[in-house]
Amino acid sequence: MFKKFQPSTDIAGQTSVKGSVQRSIRANLLSQWNITPETLETIWPKKESITLVKCRDHISIYALHGEPLFIQHFDDPLVPTLKILHKYPFILPKVGIDRGAIRFLLAGAPMMCPGLTSKGGYLPPADQDIPVGRAVAIFAEGKENAAGIGITKMSTEAMKKINKDVGVDTVHYLGDDLWAIEKI
Amino acid sequence: MASTSEETPAVQPVAPIQVRYCEVCSFPLEYCEFGSSFTKCKEVLRESDPDLYDRYYSEEALQAKLGTLSLDAQAKLEKDTAKKEAKAVAKADAALKKKMASQVTIKRIERNKRKHVTSIHGLETFGVDLKKAAKQFATKFATGASVTKNPQGLDEIVVQGDVSAEIVEMIEEGQGVLKGIPSDNVVEVEEKKKKGGS
Repeated sequence: MFKKFQPSTDIAGQTSVKGSVQRSIRANLLSQWNITPETLETIWPKKESITLVKCRDHISIYALHGEPLFIQHFDDPLVPTLKILHKYPFILPKVGIDRGAIRFLLAGAPMMCPGLTSKGGYLPPADQDIPVGRAVAIFAEGKENAAGIGITKMSTEAMKKINKDVGVDTVHYLGDDLWAIEKI
Repeated sequence: MASTSEETPAVQPVAPIQVRYCEVCSFPLEYCEFGSSFTKCKEVLRESDPDLYDRYYSEEALQAKLGTLSLDAQAKLEKDTAKKEAKAVAKADAALKKKMASQVTIKRIERNKRKHVTSIHGLETFGVDLKKAAKQFATKFATGASVTKNPQGLDEIVVQGDVSAEIVEMIEEGQGVLKGIPSDNVVEVEEKKKKGGS
């Protein structure tokens, strides 16, 4: 989604977000992410008001003082930026890919099931099944930090069974153009 | 909140983890090997932080990293990285060459017999913020200066009045935002208004 992203041409406009909308976003974050209100408070203090940066293709970036915090495509789940995820790696459920898949991930490709189900990959056990359409942190074999963030295309149990085709759609990864943006 | 013993940390906000990013490629250090400037990243890290360097690039670390990947795939990966790196270097070279070859054109355009405007084109290749430069010209010469699109659709600065000589001087001295432009690349042109004939 952010493989090619140029602030000068792809940003349509910036607006500040209404208080009531901010409240609902906050509630959404708390329900979608594995995060406590106290931790969210340190990322996004209650007093601070965030700005909505509208971009092409229905992408919205929410930024605090110009620093992107999280992104949303249409009505998809809210996705933190990698910089936030690196600071608070526990907020999203984890999936892991094997070493061979890293270079594809860092080229922006969606993650195929075999890369997740193979020995180097990681999928949560059956009782912590991640359903379709959830934001997940993509970790890589032998690395401590997340390499990308995606949205599941099928539930993790289905990935194990079908083991074919796209398992996680890559939204944001190391080295894409959003990663390069420090300030909007 | 009814906090059980394992839930006690929930009250305190969790402190953020500070991830160290590479100064060269901006990735977390462990991902340098997938960047386009791996060799440089490695060198910089070795100089700035030998301990961390050992952690990531010592023999054992390299062995452990191999993990489940077959040797074949590893070799291919290394080849790919080398290729990517070469590509990035070539790209940077080409960009530099282009920059060196590009010119800043200062054009004096006749508006009517005694009045001129000066248009400056090509500053942006040298990393000059056009808006700021226009402002600088405006304050310096106390005239109007604006960023406009020329017929080719490229941005240029138009300054009112004939100030071409002064602008050349400013660029040579590198005043304000006009730093780092080699004076060899500056060309002065004059454009006269065509007589009514054709």
